[in-house]
Amino acid sequence: MPTTSGNGARPKKDRWSAGVTPYAEMGYYDADYEPKGSDILAAFRVTPQPGIDPIEAAAAVAGESSTATWTVVWTDRLTDHRHYQAKAYSVDPVPGSEDQYIAKIAYDLDLFEEGSIANMTSSIIGNVFGFKALRALRLEDLRIPPHYVKTFQGPPHGIVMEREYLDKFGRPLLGATVKPKLGLSAKNYGRVVFEALQGGLDFTKDDENINSQPFMRWRDRYLYSMEGVNHASAETGEIKGHYLNVTAATMEEMYERAEFAKELGSVIVMMDLTVGFTAMQSMSRWARRNGVILHLHRAGHSTYTRQKSHGVSFRVLAKWCRLLGVDHVHAGTVVGKLEGDPRNTKGYYDTLRENFIPENPEHGIYFDQEWASMPGVMPVASGGIHAGQMHQLLGYLGEDAVLQFGGGTIGHPMGIGAGATANRVAVEAMIQARNEGKDYFQEGPDILARAAKGCPELNAALEVWKDITFDFESTDTPDFAVTPTVG
Amino acid sequence: MRITQGTFSFLPDLTDEEIEAQIRYALQNGWSISIEYTDDPHPRNSYWEMWNLPLFDLTPDDAHLAMREVAACRERFPDHYIKLIAYDARYGRQTTALSFVVNRPAEEPGFRLERADRHDRAIAYRLHSYATDAPVGQRYQARGAEG
Repeated sequence: MPTTSGNGARPKKDRWSAGVTPYAEMGYYDADYEPKGSDILAAFRVTPQPGIDPIEAAAAVAGESSTATWTVVWTDRLTDHRHYQAKAYSVDPVPGSEDQYIAKIAYDLDLFEEGSIANMTSSIIGNVFGFKALRALRLEDLRIPPHYVKTFQGPPHGIVMEREYLDKFGRPLLGATVKPKLGLSAKNYGRVVFEALQGGLDFTKDDENINSQPFMRWRDRYLYSMEGVNHASAETGEIKGHYLNVTAATMEEMYERAEFAKELGSVIVMMDLTVGFTAMQSMSRWARRNGVILHLHRAGHSTYTRQKSHGVSFRVLAKWCRLLGVDHVHAGTVVGKLEGDPRNTKGYYDTLRENFIPENPEHGIYFDQEWASMPGVMPVASGGIHAGQMHQLLGYLGEDAVLQFGGGTIGHPMGIGAGATANRVAVEAMIQARNEGKDYFQEGPDILARAAKGCPELNAALEVWKDITFDFESTDTPDFAVTPTVG
Repeated sequence: MRITQGTFSFLPDLTDEEIEAQIRYALQNGWSISIEYTDDPHPRNSYWEMWNLPLFDLTPDDAHLAMREVAACRERFPDHYIKLIAYDARYGRQTTALSFVVNRPAEEPGFRLERADRHDRAIAYRLHSYATDAPVGQRYQARGAEG
């Protein structure tokens, strides 16, 4: 919003006369507006520049993310403009903060193209994040109404279908990312796949940046990885998979790689968030059409999800991913090496898996979300986790998750297969104890120690990683924490 | 080899008490119990033979009744793979909640991986279950005849 000189006082001007009318006065703020069931609702964390009225700042966000520009245009009057205006309907200070406000904004469904994440994001986060009158802006949450949910395909398979396809039930799935992530030749790479899968993992995975480099071209990697997968399947009698990364420079190349993965019989392929919303949605269609599970690595997301004052919360990205349709997405570990507050992470996992998620400020959930039976996405926990944390992983993340132990498998002192066995024994022992009614979260270390007596591989894993934790304060935490009362 | 399908295949074989504890957990969750057996454990064999119909109406105190069915199935098919399945019929799941092997043959012959060369170094893989070399009913004879 342009500023006025002097004391800021300005004679009130007519809404429609040429020049600048404050956004709030143009109808982009309406405290009496009652959101319709079909509106898309957004919660923004707004930090206005000093001296800017928070209500006007919120109205500006509503305006710039819907119909407004900086000055009055008469052509608005050719439309039923009130219908198309987004409306900020509540602006509340953030508890414990000097300069931040949560603005809730309602958007009519007509503002959005059916089934297009590219379109929704271009509207809601398109222009407004660079707005000069704001010091910072963060999209905290979106309520996507069932009317809009139903215009999206959603996950190609979803959690239930994936489990039936893999014939694996009642425990988290286990995976590992092949390490070192760059530099291995195709034949060496396939060796890691084989060892980890025959040792007890369900999946191995390409890393986000393994695409088709000089040291290993994609086609060679696919061939050797599938040799590893099939050999491991024969040795265990289980369905095994390797996430073949199909990320490439163009959509045509992505399709070519995905087609080859399918031809080789891979149950799963993966892509990176960096390919963009439209490419991801195209791959989702392909995965549904071809019966291949689709994994998404959220490469790059922390550039905009991590800072609490500016960007887009991961819970919003999680909703976009469920709509555009992936079967897996990385969603944090709580205990590993990457950012993840336990309450926020619970909110992400619920958002991906449940059919209805009630508003819950303690988990950072600002709105009720109804998924209208859209299948759930399997969250993936990856980055700095190991077998010794199994009780915490199960406690924080639950059963419908993929636990990915990259270093925690391949770095095992007795070898890759032993690392895989350690992880599998740990998860099965923990599930058994939980189901028997034990307080596994508290007794976890004892449960693991007992299981390790009959399993030298687990014993070695517990020994080598016993003191490894990543205990740093989270940068992104809910505003509303439960303070334990002292009784 | 040891086929590691099912949830607890990496642990020592569960005792009957341990199996009953898992059944109790399933019944506490409102899941039904069913038992299936096969002599063809190919990982894509989705339909093992059903041992009677699923047990839908058991309470957590009835875990021993499900165990009785496990025992009966074992007695009839001592050298087959038998799995216990807990099924969650709730809206949004309507699928298996837990599944684990409760009986396996003494000798597990496993699988042969067959490779057929195709174009441009691509290989077609086929998993062949050694057990299926013999006709149905004549597999896993390690512990005596069984028809």
